[in-house]
Amino acid sequence: MHYFIGDLGHLFVITSFITSLVAAFAYFKATTLSDLKEKTLWLQNGKTGFYLHALAVLGICVTLFVIIANHYFEYHYAYNYSDRKLPVYYLISTFWNGQEGSFMLWLFWHAVLGIIVISTNTYWEAPVMTVFAVVQAFLASMILGVVIPGLDVKIGSSPFILLRDAMRDAPIFMAQPEFIPKDGNGLNPLLQNYWMVIHPPTLFLGFASTLVPFSFCIAGLWMKKYRDWVRPALPWALFSGAILGLGILMGGYWAYETLNFGGYWNWDPVENAVYVPWLVLVAAIHTMITYRNSETALKASIILVIGVFVLILYSTFLTRSGILGDASVHSFTDLGLSGQLFIYLFFFLGAAIILAIARWREIPSSEKEASVYSREFWIFIGAVTLCLMGFQVLMPTSIPVWNKVLGFFGVTSKLALPADQIAFYSKFQLWFAVVVGLLSGIGQFFWWKKIDADRLKKELTTPALITLILFALIVTIGKVYTPAYIVLTLAGVFTLVSNAKILFSVLRSSPGLSGGAVAHIGVGMMLLGIMFSAGYSKIVSLNNTGMLISKEFSQDFNRDNLLLFVNEPRGMWGYDIEYLGERLEPRHNGGYIRKGDVTPTGDRDLVVAKRDIVADGITYKANDTIDIKGENTFYEIQLRKNNKTYTLYPRAQINPEMGGLLVSPDIYKTVSADLYTHVSSVMKPSEGEEWSKLEEMKVKIGQEFYANDYVSVLQSVERIFEVNGIKLDQEDVAVKAKIQIRGENGDYFAEPIFLIKDKMAGRIPDEVADLGLRLTLLNIHPETNEFALGINTRQKDWVVIKALEKPYINVLWLGTLVLMVGFGIAMTRRVREFRKMKEKGLE
Amino acid sequence: MKKSHILILVIIAVAIGIIVSTSNDASTYVGFDEALSMSTAGNKKEIHVVGELKKDDEGHVLGITEGADKVSFSFIMIDETGKEQLVQYAQPMPADFLRSEKVVVIGSYHDDAFNASKILLKCPSKYQEQKINV
Repeated sequence: MHYFIGDLGHLFVITSFITSLVAAFAYFKATTLSDLKEKTLWLQNGKTGFYLHALAVLGICVTLFVIIANHYFEYHYAYNYSDRKLPVYYLISTFWNGQEGSFMLWLFWHAVLGIIVISTNTYWEAPVMTVFAVVQAFLASMILGVVIPGLDVKIGSSPFILLRDAMRDAPIFMAQPEFIPKDGNGLNPLLQNYWMVIHPPTLFLGFASTLVPFSFCIAGLWMKKYRDWVRPALPWALFSGAILGLGILMGGYWAYETLNFGGYWNWDPVENAVYVPWLVLVAAIHTMITYRNSETALKASIILVIGVFVLILYSTFLTRSGILGDASVHSFTDLGLSGQLFIYLFFFLGAAIILAIARWREIPSSEKEASVYSREFWIFIGAVTLCLMGFQVLMPTSIPVWNKVLGFFGVTSKLALPADQIAFYSKFQLWFAVVVGLLSGIGQFFWWKKIDADRLKKELTTPALITLILFALIVTIGKVYTPAYIVLTLAGVFTLVSNAKILFSVLRSSPGLSGGAVAHIGVGMMLLGIMFSAGYSKIVSLNNTGMLISKEFSQDFNRDNLLLFVNEPRGMWGYDIEYLGERLEPRHNGGYIRKGDVTPTGDRDLVVAKRDIVADGITYKANDTIDIKGENTFYEIQLRKNNKTYTLYPRAQINPEMGGLLVSPDIYKTVSADLYTHVSSVMKPSEGEEWSKLEEMKVKIGQEFYANDYVSVLQSVERIFEVNGIKLDQEDVAVKAKIQIRGENGDYFAEPIFLIKDKMAGRIPDEVADLGLRLTLLNIHPETNEFALGINTRQKDWVVIKALEKPYINVLWLGTLVLMVGFGIAMTRRVREFRKMKEKGLE
Repeated sequence: MKKSHILILVIIAVAIGIIVSTSNDASTYVGFDEALSMSTAGNKKEIHVVGELKKDDEGHVLGITEGADKVSFSFIMIDETGKEQLVQYAQPMPADFLRSEKVVVIGSYHDDAFNASKILLKCPSKYQEQKINV
């Protein structure tokens, strides 16, 4: 038992909690005191406190990693989320498999961002870092794992808890308190994906970075510097918008690649919980930019920036308190933190609202009505639309919360989330997207030109014409005939065209200012990409054989799925499609191994090579033991067209313990569409056992014969002295035949064995799974130099697949990247602005 | 009337519209009896039913029938009022299904059988799980 490391970790947790309180107190003093000398002193204290806090947070992460990396399975976290087989990069993923780990990740990013703020902004340091430190104290308390004596209240859930303390009633620990499991439960196989290594840190960096603008805003209200907080907060808000957006999209891409619901967005409450704050954040960015240019919309900026952070806290509460238990597939478990999360949420909601109300009258605002021809008006409308768009998602997502709230007042509410969430949200979000698209086209013209009605008409004529032409082309070529999609296409094209026009004129004069135009072009592309890929996703694996796959399947299933027998080409999507057999995945190297080329062992994750195998440039010698990922089977499917070949490897995780078949698609990308293919039914392992009657034939060495219609040759027969790792005695005899079978795609080898052990004859047949063939060496006839071979055949291996065409999905991914670039350009510009002011000594 | 007032009115109208549409489109949690009477009364809207799997005294799940080739299955569920119902699901068994302590099915009645279009699971919290593979 390694007690020290866990105690050390726990010590780091407690230290991080206490140092954050110390830093908060010191920074608070530094903010409120007026005596300059004392102020400096407290500021120094605060800084020291926060640096110590950051060190402690780093200590927590390192300690937990040491526990996981060294496989100390006496610790609950290591036992529950890792095992000995995980490679290092997935050991990192175990960090965010558990809730405690993701709180740590959040703490970590806040600490990093805090240090950046301290070192770049001395002017705002004290008040901003007060807010930071208080937030850190709340977060650290979530992993504190301390029971208050007497009250019996547990604060936080520690990641350093021992397994025996986590499972106090397990019989094994009653008998042997020192018991340490030999291996852990392992990481959820669905999370063993490279996106899951980078998606959570990105998303949490996005989460964490919303704290920066919020802190500046609170600091501004607190210090009564109502106008000044926007400038330093704006680059951070842009950073946050880019990173959070990127994180959300990575999650979507992971779902697209790994899950089999056929899309990238499922409107699950967990997804919505990050989508809504992002929309409001984008709205906040717009009002802040307006304020920087024309001194309006300050109050709106304050409300929105506070709103973003509160929404982030609310989404944390939603996803981690267990309140969504009956409503989300993600079914988060309650760690007993809901009370703490609730206090965390309401502390900042309450504090921010009270502070804002107290200062409201003093906040400057322009009395002048914004003209309909002013940019401020249109940007404000845009921000309002984004907020309403978020509100439309927030209301239904919060249904479980409404039920709870009504429950408190004694009203039993039985409302549940809409049954078909995708249809429900899409039908509303589509129209908001249309408005957003149109506004981000029109808004840009107002932004760059002082405009009245006549001028507007003139400016808009060219883009409107181009839009109409492009729109007509897209609608005709893309066959967009659904009215709602036609309108969405129009909005998307309009944004694209008008922003492209703006971009050209801006690029000529001042390229540094092109961020907005670029970002909006990205939005236009995303709208078009989403419209096509989701609206016109089409099943292409139509059963065109005229025969049912099975009477036991539903009608839909029989229509939409394609049954492929091994080595029998079919036509699909204009390609020849052919199933080539089951493949296994080496654990430590790339490439795939034919299942027929290896023999299974007792361990699911180890196989022995039957022959020399080359996979991804690595050679495995015959009789080598190969580490594989035993839970995964891949189905090699070849697509052929015009002498070009593409190979797909859709995956199935067969897991009898879970009683399920988890399938993941493989995606064949072309410029105009993705072909999204997953298996929908596979052979049961027991199914290969219905063999035909044995057919016997006598052959000589080198003689050709037919086995299940395949040309085969008996190449050699040799004596062997070891069978399956067992040495034979002096009197025993064993021979192994080597038979070559010429399949449609290359040769196969079967090596049946005939042996006489303890004067009894025995036969070990060999199977060629891909060809549905089993060969047995039945007898040896030395007098005629002939060998008796037994041949059994069975139905060939098969797989049922479903394939969808996702047209123009690349436009969506490309649009996302363009949007990120736009954010990046805008951020660079605002950072420069901030630096200039700093050099002047104004920040 | 000032423009800002019109704007505020429009926003309020849209917000109210969203709330109303939300409550219209929201599904409801009901028991199997109520779901059946809704269905016979012609209301084919999909609803949520919360319940548990049928288990014997030792905790083994009873009444699971796998369809051909694992692409569909049916099971017996007991709702919160204690009514047993056969539920059919046209997809493979979800991961963790057999370990779940609570099941939510979303779907509707077709004649006597309840067809689930979606299944949500609540699995035992890791702190309650007391089984270790030694």
